[in-house]
Amino acid sequence: MSETDADLAAETSEQSQEMRSRSETDPIELLREQGAVLRLPEGPALDAEDFNVEATEDETMILNMGPQHPSTHGVLRLMLELDAETVLRTKPIIGYLHTGMEKTAEELMYVQGCTNVTRMDYVAPMFNECVFSMAVEELLEIEVPPRATWIRMLMCELTRMSSHLLFLATNGLDLGAISMIFYGWRERELLLAFFEKATGLRMNHNYIRPGGVAADLPAGWREDVLDICAAVEPRLHQYDTLLTGQPIFRERTEGVAVINAEQANALSATGPMLRSTGVSWDLRRDIPYQFYDQVDFDVVVGTYGDAFDRYAIRLNEIRESIRIVRQIADLMPAGDYRVQDKKVTPPPRARIDESMEALIHHFKLFTEGFKVPAGEVYVAIESPRGELGCYLVSDGSAKPYRCHIRDPSFANLQTLPILLRGGLVADAIAAISSVDPIMGGVDR
Amino acid sequence: MTDSQPTSAGDESATEAATGAAEPEVVHGCPVSWSRGQQVVHVTKDGYRELVAALHADGFTFCADITAVDYLAHPDRAVPGSVRAERFEIVVNLLSLEQRRRIRVRAQVPEGDPAVPSLFDLYPGTEAMEREVFDLMGIVFEDHPDLTRILMPEDWEGHPLRKDYATGRVPVQFKEAPAQR
Repeated sequence: MSETDADLAAETSEQSQEMRSRSETDPIELLREQGAVLRLPEGPALDAEDFNVEATEDETMILNMGPQHPSTHGVLRLMLELDAETVLRTKPIIGYLHTGMEKTAEELMYVQGCTNVTRMDYVAPMFNECVFSMAVEELLEIEVPPRATWIRMLMCELTRMSSHLLFLATNGLDLGAISMIFYGWRERELLLAFFEKATGLRMNHNYIRPGGVAADLPAGWREDVLDICAAVEPRLHQYDTLLTGQPIFRERTEGVAVINAEQANALSATGPMLRSTGVSWDLRRDIPYQFYDQVDFDVVVGTYGDAFDRYAIRLNEIRESIRIVRQIADLMPAGDYRVQDKKVTPPPRARIDESMEALIHHFKLFTEGFKVPAGEVYVAIESPRGELGCYLVSDGSAKPYRCHIRDPSFANLQTLPILLRGGLVADAIAAISSVDPIMGGVDR
Repeated sequence: MTDSQPTSAGDESATEAATGAAEPEVVHGCPVSWSRGQQVVHVTKDGYRELVAALHADGFTFCADITAVDYLAHPDRAVPGSVRAERFEIVVNLLSLEQRRRIRVRAQVPEGDPAVPSLFDLYPGTEAMEREVFDLMGIVFEDHPDLTRILMPEDWEGHPLRKDYATGRVPVQFKEAPAQR
């Protein structure tokens, strides 16, 4: 095994996916990488030759950041064109975690689909399951019992808390507030322990399924959930002391990685990315799904579109989620936790021993699956990172004909060239962290 | 919303609308269908860009998603109006933040010439999405600034989400249980 550096470079090269030097780059692509297409009203219609190319090639260098860089949150690779410490152009290169999950989804039955999609955005797995299940139910034209929907909302809000806690932890870590990762992880552990109790798994739960949820909430769930809320809420005030009010943290995030509303809108950025620019847009409130119109919560909106706003939005969204969770704990109705349609949900274990019909249903459901009427549907929900959509096409068989997941991180990553431009390399780390991309969702 | 000016795509459906008993719904001259309560506009490849540009002008300024479906197994599926079903479909999910409304565009793309105009200058956020469709489905977006593969390696052959792309299979062998250690 004696590989020269050149061999290694050739083996790992992404060829034309990589950033090329200015002289080799197409003018429109150059404008795009500089973010100019968004700053100029006419976009690429403007003559690329007129645009001020601020540096000649011999003054800049192209540098790889990632895919193994610790602050790129997994396997994101950024190619940066640097003028000394200043970032001029950025090109994110993704695909290192691509495992063809959309293709896999076409090979799996609808009952198995949740196991697949839950592994996409692995920090917020409940949302993937939820959006997939909602899409399947839309195609089946069935309505899940109210309790199942409330359980889904409860689990999703708890997942939002755990996802944002992970963001706070890693954001602190990236910016040098090392102690924050211990606190963020500590609080997230409470939530994961509850998920383990309710679903059997700490992550990738496969808990929300077409037709309802896999199991009813465990005994004592209400106390567990309220205890978690009571434990996390005062600690959010401690984070305020640790990060929000800390001069070094503010210096590193305020005015860093700025994006405005037009840019976020044009780049299809959603979630805290879009809200940080002052656009008050939250699918839970604006296109309500489930029972979000029955709970009281505020949509947290930023002003400056910088890294600090995105941090503050996520911190306060944990508070809003706690508010929602407490309301859900009071509003949770009694009833079924899944539809009593034997064609969609398996019979209870006890019934299989005494009923031949139940045994047949159970066998058919797990060998053949249920057939879904032909049609296509797009369902979107507000995940911690933005609009999580599922475009599902059925041709009447037991497997999806096409299952596309619109992952918010995938679209949000496109803002990086804007966020990084003109900043320092150290600010790039703050910028990547503030986008909070989950590469499992980006690459799918 | 409904524009009386027929585009090249909706020319015949407009005349059908005049003669038919129940007037089919059209948006910018393109036939509309409703799928599970969601509004879907169907368009041919030629009218695709005009339609999306018109919807952009109508306030659908946010492009949530672009994807594509390979209907290889369903060549004669029902598509309303004069639009003829082709092998590929580009699916664009547009969103209007002001009207809080979604609309979906399904554009038919023939197998022989799988190319459509890029929406990059209308929605710069489609840059990565169109690259993904190109990478996985092999549909070319004309005038896209940087149409390269995005998820697959650059030297990959074929487009994995096409239905005629073999998934392959790893044979499972049941080996005897390992000895106790």
